[in-house]
Amino acid sequence: MIPGSFAYHRPQSVREAVAMLADLGEEARPLAGGHSLIPMMKLRLAQPQHLVDLGGIPDLKGVRAEAGDVVIGAMTSQHEMIASPVLAERIPLLREVSVLIADPQVRYMGTLGGNVANGDPGNDMPAVMVCLGAIFQLAGPNGERQVAAREFYQGAYFTALEPGEIVTAIRIPAPPAGHGYAYEKLKRKVGDYATAAAAVVLTQSGGRLTSCSIGLTNVAETPLWADGAAALLVGSTLDGETIKQAVAAAEALTAPASDNRGPAEYRTKMAGVMLRRALARARSRAA
Amino acid sequence: MAKTRIELTVNGQAVEGLVEPRTLLIHFLREQLGLTGPHIGCDTSHCGACTVDLDGKSVKSCTLFAVQAQGSQVLTIEGLAAADGTLHVLQEGFRQMHGLQCGFCTPGMITRAYRLLQENPRPSEQEIRFGISGNLCRCTGYQNIVKAVQYAADRLAGIDVKEAAE
Repeated sequence: MIPGSFAYHRPQSVREAVAMLADLGEEARPLAGGHSLIPMMKLRLAQPQHLVDLGGIPDLKGVRAEAGDVVIGAMTSQHEMIASPVLAERIPLLREVSVLIADPQVRYMGTLGGNVANGDPGNDMPAVMVCLGAIFQLAGPNGERQVAAREFYQGAYFTALEPGEIVTAIRIPAPPAGHGYAYEKLKRKVGDYATAAAAVVLTQSGGRLTSCSIGLTNVAETPLWADGAAALLVGSTLDGETIKQAVAAAEALTAPASDNRGPAEYRTKMAGVMLRRALARARSRAA
Repeated sequence: MAKTRIELTVNGQAVEGLVEPRTLLIHFLREQLGLTGPHIGCDTSHCGACTVDLDGKSVKSCTLFAVQAQGSQVLTIEGLAAADGTLHVLQEGFRQMHGLQCGFCTPGMITRAYRLLQENPRPSEQEIRFGISGNLCRCTGYQNIVKAVQYAADRLAGIDVKEAAE
């Protein structure tokens, strides 16, 4: 399969990239790792006239700790995230998620920025960013701005990105030392999108949860932040009855499509199962 | 669409070519350079038959434009054996351990395993299986593929390996 023709541009800086995207207008698409866009182009489901490759911009790479936050450049690959000592120490959840994305070759190319910016409900990082309370740093023709992950997603492939805007970095408040975390993903095979998946970050003290955040993947047009379910759990000992109520609250948020991964009812129930498992594992890891 | 000139290093040789921006790296390698070791299997970035090494990364060359490889170091299966034809230890492993049946996935498997062993010279069986999970073998020969990679890892570590072939 051969994509349609396009002109290729490789800017050296964010400023140059943003100017190009503004000049070229609607027919231009930014290219990150390309492992969503290039397959779409090969199928001619996407036919941009211009590709602006962000791969040559050093400022978009790397992971750094900044006070209580971790800042990850948008073009940092999943492979680099898996290998990052900063993430291993501060946000080990991201390694757990990254190794469940696609396969090794795709992870060398696939980027955090592309994963969060694409707006594909099947991507794993959006729900994780929603769970962690990440902030997306954007740059566009009107300058820079920040949008919370929890306000970024508007529908399948619809995000808060304005025309010509790109995600440049993801700022994540590191969860407190001793937090528990887990990402549970049900998939049919390596490389598959989730039938349903749940991300959990929690803290506990004296056997009771002191905080909890829950994100759900691929069971609605957008990633879901199950704040109501999490609120039921805070203060509890994670007893069976409370978990049952929280799982029901999380399931009630879902609106999955029926597709090859199963009928909608099944995927909703699997979101609940993934949440139960993620809660148990997160708790077993919490100090 | 106007063609773009690219220069890169493939299997240690400086090469250049004129490509359309839409030319995929696999097509450049196979059709312009005549390197038909990397195969086109699924053409949808699932199967890994087109895997090559690009600047120290295993990539699926069906999902990368040749223009993205400008200035890069590319290694294909053709670049693994020594100039005198002596097989790379991974190739020897696949031969000794019967790591292939039809052989279609083999160039991708070996190129991927090459990078895996660079990053993790002593992988466990589980780490090998995880490391080659982006490469599909439809003869279902994974047992022997894993053994072949273990053979290469052992040999590279100076461990005596029982040879199974012949």
